[in-house]
Amino acid sequence: MNVVEASGLGKRYGRAWALRDCTLEIPAGRVAALVGPNGAGKTTLLNMTVGLSAPSAGAVTVLGGRRPGSPGALDGIAFVAQDTPLYKNLRVADMIYITRSLNRRFDQRYARTRLDELGIPLKRKSGKLSGGQQAQLALTLALARRPWLLVLDEPVAALDPVARHDFMATVLAAASADGVSVLLSSHVLTELERVARYLVLMSGGRVQLAGEVDDLLAAHGQASLEELALHYLRETTPEVTR
Amino acid sequence: MTARTMAAHPAQDDARLRPLPWRRMVRVTWRQHHFALIGVAVLLAALAVWLWHAGTSVHNAYAAAIACHPASSAACGSLVNNFDVSAENHFMGSKGPGGVLLQLLPALIGAFVGAPVLARELETGTFRYAWTQGFGRWRWALAKLVLLAVVLAAATVAFGALVSWYYQPYSGAFYQDSPFGNLFILREVTFPAWTLAVFAIGALAGMLIRRVVPAIVATLAVYAGLAFAAAAFLREHYVTPLATSNMNISLPGASTAWIIDQWSTKGGNFAFAGNPPISLINQYCSSVPPDKIGPLGFAPCLAQHGYTMWTSYQPASRFWPFQWIEGGWLLVLSALLIAVTVWLVQRRAA
Repeated sequence: MNVVEASGLGKRYGRAWALRDCTLEIPAGRVAALVGPNGAGKTTLLNMTVGLSAPSAGAVTVLGGRRPGSPGALDGIAFVAQDTPLYKNLRVADMIYITRSLNRRFDQRYARTRLDELGIPLKRKSGKLSGGQQAQLALTLALARRPWLLVLDEPVAALDPVARHDFMATVLAAASADGVSVLLSSHVLTELERVARYLVLMSGGRVQLAGEVDDLLAAHGQASLEELALHYLRETTPEVTR
Repeated sequence: MTARTMAAHPAQDDARLRPLPWRRMVRVTWRQHHFALIGVAVLLAALAVWLWHAGTSVHNAYAAAIACHPASSAACGSLVNNFDVSAENHFMGSKGPGGVLLQLLPALIGAFVGAPVLARELETGTFRYAWTQGFGRWRWALAKLVLLAVVLAAATVAFGALVSWYYQPYSGAFYQDSPFGNLFILREVTFPAWTLAVFAIGALAGMLIRRVVPAIVATLAVYAGLAFAAAAFLREHYVTPLATSNMNISLPGASTAWIIDQWSTKGGNFAFAGNPPISLINQYCSSVPPDKIGPLGFAPCLAQHGYTMWTSYQPASRFWPFQWIEGGWLLVLSALLIAVTVWLVQRRAA
């Protein structure tokens, strides 16, 4: 099963194309990374994947042929948006309650245990938590939905190095222990090194390169994902496709 | 982390998932909007206590005056006078600030509850959370808006009933106030209807403008336009006005009718609209001494010269039909606006 399949996918805002000619198959059971500079079209692609916005051209399906935003897709995909939006005036316990109420599947015990491990008090308002704690809360709520696919948009961009490490550790644990497929975007390459097994390299609103990290490294003769990405993003112009 | 007990494919576990009934949104909506709803409740409760307190003294003065026998005695006259003074000076009387101030209630309640519902989600980015949960975005929006609308309707119906009770002595034996005046939009049909209309305008404005404060301002502006249009142009046409040649209907305090228009005819033909032209007064009525000009002006004088003054009016007996007509179109408007808002939530790209 592919968790995301796009063919000729495009999104236009006014006259400018934020994403063009995106054809992609992201297989299940992996951590897949969308990598590219700001404005590469990563958020645009993720928004269409989770059903927040509709394509201007082409099509995208998720979880083996479902339409993004359809009930089946919503049940199976958990999304943590950039800057991890939470209701700042609500307590952590209320966020758990609301997320539980809004979803057909919710593992309350997991959510409480995990927040307890993280030392996040249930009675604190979510707006009073530190940035790292807010990100962990959003991630915990998403994982407690027991999704097939976890989508994270720039999850660590605003976090300090320790919080980044802890956040990624939680993601990795979910991916390896529970088999959750993960699709995350980032313009920071360093913490992807350890986690990503599938890479989608984007720039200028186009997919430049996509494939298993090991295969890509071998094919391009690069030692690390960071070198590969830097090399490729420097060398390619938006006209070049894979 | 606990091991998952899941199917091998999403399609296999769909049937095993628990359903997502609409009632889940009741407590979700409450947790997110209880500050606004408690604010509305406190505001209306405080005003209700005040209104009840003020209304009790007006009602008491009215009861004392109406129970007095014989009605022509000086003692009874003094009681009637007491009632008049009490009624005029009270909160919503002709000399009180209430009738005008309370007119702001539907606008304030509707705008401050309605505009943030979507605008706050869009302004803070939490729509990216809310619209990607399993409940689904159109169901989420519809459930929230309908629940809030029902709560607002219940609170405002109750308050409108209290306003009607307060108002009873004003349309009683001694005080001939037209029920189509200031308080028309605060009764038990129109108050909820206007509040819901502003609430729905606010929800749509929030969806379109995507920011709380500008959405509230826009909502209040739209309300002002709509309320002005309804009062100045629409309301008098709900039912074709009656016409009479009895001039006394337009005397202040003589009738509870709502005077729409006045014009005069002579010999069955239209002569002039409203007040008579100066030339006509000079021609026929220049000999009337200033101290003989009564509340009807030169109309009695002109009547002696063959002019008939016509008055079109809405009788007070049409109060309830007018309430339902105004309430009806406002509720239809509210439902349409909420439908458009929900449609936009479902359709509009993030």
